[in-house]
Amino acid sequence: MTNEAVIFTQALSKSYGNAEAVRGLNLSVGRNRITAFLGRNGAGKSTTIKMLLGMIRPTAGSGTVLGKQIINADENRELRKRVAYVAEDKPLYGYMTVEQTIRFASAFYPDWRKDVEKKLLHDYELPVPRKVKMLSKGMRTKLALLLAFARRPDLLILDEPSEGLDPVGIEYLLQVLVAQSAEGVSIFFSSHQIAEVERVADHVCILEKGCLLVDASLDHLRQFYRRIDLVFPSSPPEREFRIAGVERIQKSGHAMSVFASKNAEAVIQRAHDLNAVSVEVAPVGLRDIFLETVKEN
Amino acid sequence: MFFKLTPTTGQPLYLQLMQQIRHAAETGALHDGDQLPGIRTLAEELVVSPNTVAKAYSELEHEGLLELRQGSGAFVCVKRRTRSLADQVQVARHRIRTVIERLREEGLFDEEIRRAFEAELLYPAEIVRKR
Repeated sequence: MTNEAVIFTQALSKSYGNAEAVRGLNLSVGRNRITAFLGRNGAGKSTTIKMLLGMIRPTAGSGTVLGKQIINADENRELRKRVAYVAEDKPLYGYMTVEQTIRFASAFYPDWRKDVEKKLLHDYELPVPRKVKMLSKGMRTKLALLLAFARRPDLLILDEPSEGLDPVGIEYLLQVLVAQSAEGVSIFFSSHQIAEVERVADHVCILEKGCLLVDASLDHLRQFYRRIDLVFPSSPPEREFRIAGVERIQKSGHAMSVFASKNAEAVIQRAHDLNAVSVEVAPVGLRDIFLETVKEN
Repeated sequence: MFFKLTPTTGQPLYLQLMQQIRHAAETGALHDGDQLPGIRTLAEELVVSPNTVAKAYSELEHEGLLELRQGSGAFVCVKRRTRSLADQVQVARHRIRTVIERLREEGLFDEEIRRAFEAELLYPAEIVRKR
């Protein structure tokens, strides 16, 4: 089944005392896709990922990863055999060398891919004899990524994989993500690198204050999100534009800017009917969609 | 062949790729029988999701511009229709050039002309027809 969800949650919630980190999250991540998970710091991304992997127990709600219940310990163990995960803080043993770390990790996985290991060691220019505690932040990230990529998982979950990488490192990372995706690995990754997400992701989920605000394919966002800048002969009739799909309206003198998630044609039509003297329509990039969505809430 | 996808324009990446392949076939940069890179190769080259390339290829196969052969990639098949489209594009470019020259004579700057073109292109087809 190609459309079956690799991650599925229903009303998944996590509270710490009075603080709600994740609030009633309904997530459905499609198979064979690259899905980006965006949100500000503290939006609940890492908490969500840790709940999916059974590292944190949800306060309420349920979820499955690769069809296995996340809160059932036995099922969670099963699912983790088929999921490769790169944690935000990239935990590694500081006293091991790069080589020892790779030997150590590969021993756990019968599906270890020596060819991928070799290629990434070369591409990432990792110093094999150096101790992990002596690695730079970027090198640590690369080593952690290598350990995940050299397996043959069904699902890759990456928490801030590009953190600490320079632009060249990010480019390699994205290429490896694409290669993994081409081999049928489903990918779910959180990131702050909007420009990169915009190139490589099929689907994007935006989390803010523990709630899912946007859950759409990038094709959909590109096709339907528009900013329409209007100028009227007199004060803009703002109320006339409060229609479905209009997310935000800003006024300044005779000018008005409409941010629409759909129905841009209806806005343009209305603008003409109301004698707008200038109508300019522009597509909205993911960065602006993110900022507008987060601002609105 | 070189393709360049722009993530920030309001157009799905697979559509951009389709247009660029179509354009390459129309202008003769791609010939009948030419082979395009495999889905994975092109995706890695462009650093886009393999689904983007797969969708563009499959839609172009549907249009008859590409032939996908199991295991050996995508092949261009340029039919007469494509060539007549190329002629049409030639004529259209000539007409656009005339319009632009006239606007320049009337004192408009290139940037203003570009904005006007872009604004008109962004109108949905149905509204244009009503006007």
